[in-house]
Amino acid sequence: MTRALRRIAQIPPTALIGMAVVFTYAFVALFAHWIAPFGESQVVSSQYDPWGGAFLLGTDNIGRDMFSRLIYGARNTIGIALLITALSFTVGGLLGMFAAVRGGWVDTALSWLVDILMAIPQLIYALLLLTIFGTSVPVLVAVVALLDSTRVFRLARSVAMNVVVLDFVEAARLRGEGLWWIVRREVLPNVLPPLIAEFGVRFCFVFLFISALSFLGIGIQPPLADWGSMVRDNATLITFGDITPVLPGLAIAILTVAVNFIVDWVLAKASGARA
Amino acid sequence: MSERIEGAARAGVHPVVAMVARRLAIGFVTLFMVSLIIFFGVELLPGDFAAAVLGKSGTPETVAALRGRLGLDLPAHIRYLHWLGGMLQGDLGTSLSGDIRIADVLGGRLFNTFFLAAYAAVIAVPLAVSLGIVAALYRNSVLDRAINISTLGAISFPEFFVAYVLVLVFAIQLGWFPSFSQVSLDTPLGERLYVCLLPAVTLTMVTTAHMMRMTRAAIINVLSTPYIEMARLKGIAPWRVIVQHALPNALAPIINVIAVNIAYLIVGVVLVEVVFVYPGLGQLLVDSVSKRDLPVVQVASMIFAATYILLNLLADVLSIVSNPRLLHPR
Repeated sequence: MTRALRRIAQIPPTALIGMAVVFTYAFVALFAHWIAPFGESQVVSSQYDPWGGAFLLGTDNIGRDMFSRLIYGARNTIGIALLITALSFTVGGLLGMFAAVRGGWVDTALSWLVDILMAIPQLIYALLLLTIFGTSVPVLVAVVALLDSTRVFRLARSVAMNVVVLDFVEAARLRGEGLWWIVRREVLPNVLPPLIAEFGVRFCFVFLFISALSFLGIGIQPPLADWGSMVRDNATLITFGDITPVLPGLAIAILTVAVNFIVDWVLAKASGARA
Repeated sequence: MSERIEGAARAGVHPVVAMVARRLAIGFVTLFMVSLIIFFGVELLPGDFAAAVLGKSGTPETVAALRGRLGLDLPAHIRYLHWLGGMLQGDLGTSLSGDIRIADVLGGRLFNTFFLAAYAAVIAVPLAVSLGIVAALYRNSVLDRAINISTLGAISFPEFFVAYVLVLVFAIQLGWFPSFSQVSLDTPLGERLYVCLLPAVTLTMVTTAHMMRMTRAAIINVLSTPYIEMARLKGIAPWRVIVQHALPNALAPIINVIAVNIAYLIVGVVLVEVVFVYPGLGQLLVDSVSKRDLPVVQVASMIFAATYILLNLLADVLSIVSNPRLLHPR
């Protein structure tokens, strides 16, 4: 017990704050149904009611409770961002390790494809693909995961490249183990630590990216509550000096800062352990 | 790579020229590949784009008409050659509805977007480089910590959040600037600069921190080398060590960072234009995506992509050319 406490005391305060924030967000997202006073797309009053009374943060452009939508937004925006990040790590990580182990033309072809995909900003490809396939949540998830997996591929491949030249991989090859076995049993455990830190970084990026797309009106579609589109829908209020529309933006900012605090700590710990 | 450059040196070509030529070749091949993706991306759609756009309201006749207008009834490679040839001659085709010639709407918007990006770059680049140098000189000072915090902010805050906070404070509370950046082609320069200040400051805020940090890292990297130690021991004034000795060798990485961030400005501009209702290319692109206006999206993406690739290419070439070690090979 005291050892656990001492362990916690060693964690820098910024990382502790970061974890507290992430847990709070996770709690709100998981129990949105019980915490929110009103339904996600339930019209409860006239548009743009002021703060206070039954509606803690007033109502939005079509009379839905702002506070409740903020809470449901946690579930939708974070949930979709997590799903995309997980997908991009599965695809990018596996292909990266596969390219490193297999080598040869497979590696060349995949790396070349990734170079082309990374040659112009993700936003441009995303806008193009969303035009072609139309805007819906499954398309959004697939498109952003595909574009983001290029970054994971690069990292996984470069880390795995340093592992595949080691003796135990050579030994496994000589034993006649299959490709999948080598990737899963020999390479994966050794590339996992840097990939975990990268997960936080990529999550922040994806989270900001889909918020930006939603803000542009081509990401998560109504009536789903989402922080990016909430800023867009209520932007008119800003002209009257009302801060309500920037609150979802603030919610995004706080979560990304918190995740960055944790990532910094993990990276510092990893580099300290290696030194 | 080095073998090829040595080969070039033996053939009498300066190695820098060989490297630049190689880089240019790669850049143009990339540009060509990207144009293929932008054009043939539509073939990825299972079924037919015309039918997908018209949805349930489309009758066989309207679908066929739209296919004809988009040229989807022609073989893809012929369409591509038409498109590319037209683009190079300034004929950008018509929008999805067929009533707007893209070239007509594009010119003014293109100018507006480049104006805003250049405006932001003129503020951000000198600011970032000078602050980065100062931070490298006074390491672990208050300024250094301020840079760390602002970098964290810059990578964590959504652009539209930063933009709206600026609007709330400077346009609504203080009333110094307009909250919308309405300009037309005949807006005088002074007024244009005034109206565009808030969007330019937003873009500056989201890019400066990164540039500053990289400048600082590049300078610190050079400062730890023996020849700087030597210059210091000779008793040269600290600013001369930085400006005359450290800067030339740190120039290449700094140029790279600046170009990457200017390229980023071109993209960041899309969001900022929407916030400030600024009539630029970014807004046109976003509007066209929601209307699924493929011809406009293709042209606008191609312009953004080409600008991005060419700026990166320019950065690579400049950093090769400005590298003293490559310019004076032993």
